[in-house]
Amino acid sequence: MGLEKTVFLPPRGSRAPAASRLGVSGRFHPAQFMKGFGIVTTASSADQPTRRDFLFVATGVAAAVGGVVSLWPFISQMNPDASTIAAGAPIEVDLAPIAEGQDIKVFWRGKPIYISHRTKKQIEEARSVQVSSLPDPQADQARVKEGHEQWLVVIGICTHLGCIPIAHEGNYDGFFCPCHGSQYDSSGRIRQGPAPANLPVPPYQFVSDNKIQIG
Amino acid sequence: MSGPSVYQPTNSVVKWIERRLPIFGFMHSSFVAYPTPRNLNYWWTFGAILSMMLGLQIVTGVILAMHYTPNADLAFRSVELIMRDVNYGWLLRNMHASGASMFFVAVYIHMFRGLYYGSYKEPREVLWILGVIIYLLMMATGFMGYVLPWGQMSFWGATVITNLFSAIPYVGDSIVTLLWGGYSVGNPTLNRFFSLHYLLPFVIAGVVVLHVWALHVSGQNNPAGVEAKTEKDTVPFTPYATIKDMFGLSCFLILYAWFIFYMPNYLGEADNYIVANPGVTPPHIVPEWYYLPFYAILRAIPNKLAGVIALFASIIVLAFLPWLDTARTKSCKYRPLAKQFFWIFVAACIGLGYLGAQPPEGVYVIAARILSVCYFGYFLIVLPLLSRIEKPRPVPNSIADDVLAKTGNKAAPMVSTVIALLVAGGLLVGSGRNARAAEEATPPSQSWSFAGPFGKYDRGSLQRGLKIYKEVCSNCHGLSYIAFRNLGDPGGPGYSEAQVKAFASEYKIKDGPNDQGDMFDRPGRPADYFPPPFPNDQAARAANGGGLPPDLSLIAKARSYERGFPWFVFDFFTQFQEQGPNYVSALLLGYEKKPADVTLPEGTYYNKYFPGHAIKMPQPLANGQVTFDDGSPATVQQYAHDIATFLMWAAEPKLETRKQTGLVVFVFLIIFAGMMYFTKKKVWAEAH
Repeated sequence: MGLEKTVFLPPRGSRAPAASRLGVSGRFHPAQFMKGFGIVTTASSADQPTRRDFLFVATGVAAAVGGVVSLWPFISQMNPDASTIAAGAPIEVDLAPIAEGQDIKVFWRGKPIYISHRTKKQIEEARSVQVSSLPDPQADQARVKEGHEQWLVVIGICTHLGCIPIAHEGNYDGFFCPCHGSQYDSSGRIRQGPAPANLPVPPYQFVSDNKIQIG
Repeated sequence: MSGPSVYQPTNSVVKWIERRLPIFGFMHSSFVAYPTPRNLNYWWTFGAILSMMLGLQIVTGVILAMHYTPNADLAFRSVELIMRDVNYGWLLRNMHASGASMFFVAVYIHMFRGLYYGSYKEPREVLWILGVIIYLLMMATGFMGYVLPWGQMSFWGATVITNLFSAIPYVGDSIVTLLWGGYSVGNPTLNRFFSLHYLLPFVIAGVVVLHVWALHVSGQNNPAGVEAKTEKDTVPFTPYATIKDMFGLSCFLILYAWFIFYMPNYLGEADNYIVANPGVTPPHIVPEWYYLPFYAILRAIPNKLAGVIALFASIIVLAFLPWLDTARTKSCKYRPLAKQFFWIFVAACIGLGYLGAQPPEGVYVIAARILSVCYFGYFLIVLPLLSRIEKPRPVPNSIADDVLAKTGNKAAPMVSTVIALLVAGGLLVGSGRNARAAEEATPPSQSWSFAGPFGKYDRGSLQRGLKIYKEVCSNCHGLSYIAFRNLGDPGGPGYSEAQVKAFASEYKIKDGPNDQGDMFDRPGRPADYFPPPFPNDQAARAANGGGLPPDLSLIAKARSYERGFPWFVFDFFTQFQEQGPNYVSALLLGYEKKPADVTLPEGTYYNKYFPGHAIKMPQPLANGQVTFDDGSPATVQQYAHDIATFLMWAAEPKLETRKQTGLVVFVFLIIFAGMMYFTKKKVWAEAH
């Protein structure tokens, strides 16, 4: 049938269709915008915003607001759900079985956490370094709890690209990351290698002399 | 579309792209300048509605797939965890499940529009056949999607439908084994259904592209059935059809929102809240409502192979319509005889739908046979006959004339069709007798604080119910979907964090293995779930005389009863959906002296409301058994009410959030639909 020719029909009457009349306040010229995309409309005779324009703008705004608000659940559902958050609740670790010089690895929020029972020698070595010479200056005292200096609790994720460093390895009697050779000392601080920062200390507190709560 | 393009962009970036890939020009000619008949009515907005629903189902489906586990042991729980733990998971699941139903509502209206106005006739035959293909793909997708939650209906529906193929002679059983991936419906089946359910909607999208392309070659049909001849007959798609479609969409969204927020389980089956059990078939297997007419045809024919052939034939026959109905007049508006037979056909479809949900006995079978004959008769006898003998009324000369002829009574056709539908539906539905209502006693309807659009849980009742569960029910029944932390969630019993911790620590939770390899007990934590009273089902049966006390987490949604006609119609509007709590409460109070003429099996007790009346559980509640700190009466009636409230919360902890969000959405949608209505009127003021 006779529909081979696509013809854009000019609107009837002196009133132009909605497109050219949106935002007649003067700043946004939808007519120009539409023209950029090739949608031509005839010029309007009146310049004053009318009730009709208010309706069109209001409807457009309502649609936009509704659309954006409806988008939020689709994005929020990717955040950790209630059971993941609950599983990330603080854990208690009993320190009594850890002998001096020994360390254990526990998991909290999916991250490995080294708990080291440091020897006096390790504490000495950690404290005898000049703090300002460190790549990420931080005193050992700031990384352990007062009165419990023999316990080092750090997140065992190399601050370079995320591998798990090996404990009791390296030149500083601390941690050595086999991926790219970062070396940490007995306080978990970066000494050598591409890692930019010290091994982070997770939030924890002593609930008794031999028990800590991580998180 | 061929011909000189009227698309003239002025923006330089647009021009640069346009010269290399003329996508803007393509979009412009297809959806802006595209000539649309100016006399289309609202039945034509369903194409846009369907496109939106397909997009929505894909988006919600992809998101649900981020949280769903397609393994037979984990699927059911993963769906419940979506409803309970995932942020807005309840909303996404309800959107997807209700969306499937709305998708089919829209497609059936779209198809019936095509039937009535002759949209399948020359030159739109391929367009129509592509539509039939889309419909078949939708049915396959919907079927596989329903299997995924792995409830009782999921499993047994899968078993019944896959068994259809065993009717094929010689190769039938091999085909069924191939489909199953095993000797019965099981984990391999579930896995492949998940994969295909994810795939098919994109295949549907591809066929939809072909469908719209075919449409744009011939142009839309219109209510007059007269093709567009001149410019006066059409208007540009944007803004006229765009705005009208958006208005239709906003009204459709109101109906959709009603299901999502207020009646999410109305079109579903309570049995699907029971995890799949390959050893127990539900007493009434029913497919989703959109398959019911075809299910009725399948069951109407006593021969297995013939029934399967009839089932597939009832859909395939649609593809042959352009050659069955060869009348030159397209629209039933001008075909008085065809119009009457059309409405009889619609009534037959609705009747078949009703019959598909009834047990295949007695008068239902006879009625299904008669209506199946009507269904096929319409396509194979009536339409070809009418093409030869009917004298149609004269059609208008052009679309423009059709528009001018309307004396402002555009609403009339729409209203009269809706009334006719309601009458036909009501007559056919009312004419069937509800065979089941007579045998079982119907639980009395009680008043629940959580009922209705503004329902809330009574916090005191929830706390008393928790106490009853803890002191009485938990001895035999698990509550494995509720974690202690849920007791502190908003919309629940309202425990503080400290109270939750204290409550949890009273429980012994099995944990381990420890470094010696042994399991050990430790005090409960908020993240732990209520521990089951027995380590496994066999131990539970052994301790309960062979009966298995069901887990109570979902019992308030897994039990229901027939409301009968016309109540189930009113229920849709009054939001009645408390069959579960009514049943639980009635059951607990329903222990009676056994009537003289009834013999009870050994080890059972007479209960008025338990199906079959013989229940293995003895009367669990007695007056004074549980005392309440708030001074509520320690009576069995109080216990039954409180435990039913508590179990409703256990089944649906997000009920309050759902209804509150629903209110906001509804207010917005109603205001927005109103604004769209006036916008549409203003935009169209120039066209008429």
